Amino acid sequence: MSNAAARPVADRLPSPARPQARAGGLVDLERAGPGAPADADVAPPPAPAPRACKADVRGLSFWYGEFQALKDISIPIAESEVTALIGPSGCGKSTFLRCFNRMHDLYPGNRYEGEILLNPGGVNIIDRRTDAMLPRLRIGMVFQKPNPFPKSVYENVAAGLRIRGIRRRALVDERVEQALRRAALWDEVKDRLDDSAYDLSGGQQQRLCIARALAPDPELLLLDEPTSALDPIATARIEELIDALRQHYTLVIVTHNMQQAARVSQRTAFFHLGKIIEWNDTEQIFTNPKETMTQDYITGRFG
Amino acid sequence: MATDAARLPGGIDSRRLIGRARRVDLAFAGAGLLVMVVAMAMLMALVLDLLVDGLPRLSWDFFTNFPSRRPGRAGILSAWVGTTLVMIVTAALAVPLGVAAGVYLEEYAAKNWITDVIEINVTNLAGVPSIIYGLLALGLFVYGFGLGETILVAGMVLALLTLPVVIVATREAIRSIPQEVREAAFALGADQWQTVRIYILPAATPGILTGAIIGLARAIGETAPVITIGALTFIAFLPPAPIQPEFPFLSFEWLNSPFTVMPIQMFNWISRPQPEFHVNAAAAGLVLLAMTLLMNGLAIYIRYRIRKGMR
Repeated sequence: MSNAAARPVADRLPSPARPQARAGGLVDLERAGPGAPADADVAPPPAPAPRACKADVRGLSFWYGEFQALKDISIPIAESEVTALIGPSGCGKSTFLRCFNRMHDLYPGNRYEGEILLNPGGVNIIDRRTDAMLPRLRIGMVFQKPNPFPKSVYENVAAGLRIRGIRRRALVDERVEQALRRAALWDEVKDRLDDSAYDLSGGQQQRLCIARALAPDPELLLLDEPTSALDPIATARIEELIDALRQHYTLVIVTHNMQQAARVSQRTAFFHLGKIIEWNDTEQIFTNPKETMTQDYITGRFG
Repeated sequence: MATDAARLPGGIDSRRLIGRARRVDLAFAGAGLLVMVVAMAMLMALVLDLLVDGLPRLSWDFFTNFPSRRPGRAGILSAWVGTTLVMIVTAALAVPLGVAAGVYLEEYAAKNWITDVIEINVTNLAGVPSIIYGLLALGLFVYGFGLGETILVAGMVLALLTLPVVIVATREAIRSIPQEVREAAFALGADQWQTVRIYILPAATPGILTGAIIGLARAIGETAPVITIGALTFIAFLPPAPIQPEFPFLSFEWLNSPFTVMPIQMFNWISRPQPEFHVNAAAAGLVLLAMTLLMNGLAIYIRYRIRKGMR
């Protein structure tokens, strides 16, 4: 436990996770799904300690004008894990996700309160004094509907690099290829990089949007129901992709599909009426929820 | 039984429903066709009349001759050159100003009552009679600024006339861009100007072009404001050429030159008693129509090129 003490945020990770640990009391935070060690090819291997906290949400409330959409939300987002946000329509999960990159700033009359501390640095990204561009430069987002720009495949992926003033052709080429490979799209589009992004299928377009978000190397990737407009095959590919991306990125995904949350995430938070009813290891939420409301939702009794 | 198959739940006869729908469709299509034929026939009659009167008069000389007292030797050289130069000034002023104003109002301005008031007034300006603009220009540009009765002033007054149309078209074009594009750009970390420059303006260009052409097509046929600022009706010389043989090669002297434009030349000829001049007016009308069509064609071509590049 001495390692945990060094990282105070780790204490706020779900308490049931620790008693459940098999050996050292910390390893279960390391791995929740099957497969090889997740950190195998991360460039600088993270400390073999409990997951660091990528973003720490503390007492977050949010208002659309007079309507309070989020009420006192507190949850840590663990690094290199997939956190799923589930809950019935209108429960605030998408609203919560869009707080991370200050998307609400684009519309008048919205108001935040509380803190989202983005690590490293611990800057409060919803603070009025923090420029909204800061979180957007550090955090990537994939939207519900595939929304490529009306440009070529290449230019779509390069968009974030251009915005950051990266001009060197060789570097842009390299980053575009890497992003497309990570988005599992490279083999399908490597010969048609100059084609319009609109010529791709819906599933390819969504993976292109993922590649576009990955190219600037975000610290955190937000996914807002990324498969809701896709067919089951495209959905399966994106789910595989999400699992693979965990090696390099921290992900937060909003989903309406509970099987999807169970399949791709290590942690799940259940939202209802703007509050987090319960959050925990995904396995715990789906096998042994503490709140009856969570149980009712995941068993399909409401929502 | 067949009749049973035609019955819907609740005893509704499906054949009657379908029959009624067919009749309504047929009636509406017929009425629409009639209205369209009437409208098109009137337009065609107008153009045909102009063609019959004016086409035989069109010749190379007609384009290269200055106006003359003898109808057979009169031409539209000063008029088409004047119209072209005035339209260049108008476009150069109205399009950048209008697009900038539209982008500002749509993307930058705070959404409050002041913006609403400005928006209503811009829309209203598009409906102000053109003679009012002429009076404003006469008082402000000609006398107030002492610019005189020049191509520059004509371009400025027609730009004022075109500006509201360009602003409204720009705003409409920007508004029609899906919000997802904007969100995607901002989510990537783009600032406001990058979003506008890289993602909003290219996508809005076809719509902006359409609006600009509609505005310029209105301006090219305007007579009242140009007469008001004192354009000449009879002019037998050309403005100084914009390209000079000696350094600095470009000259803007033509901006300060007196001028005439096509509609004024037509008006001048039609008010003469000799029927030969009326033929000249019809021929000039054809040329004016062709110039407008050419502008439209250019806009369609550019739009096509952009769409092909963007898809």
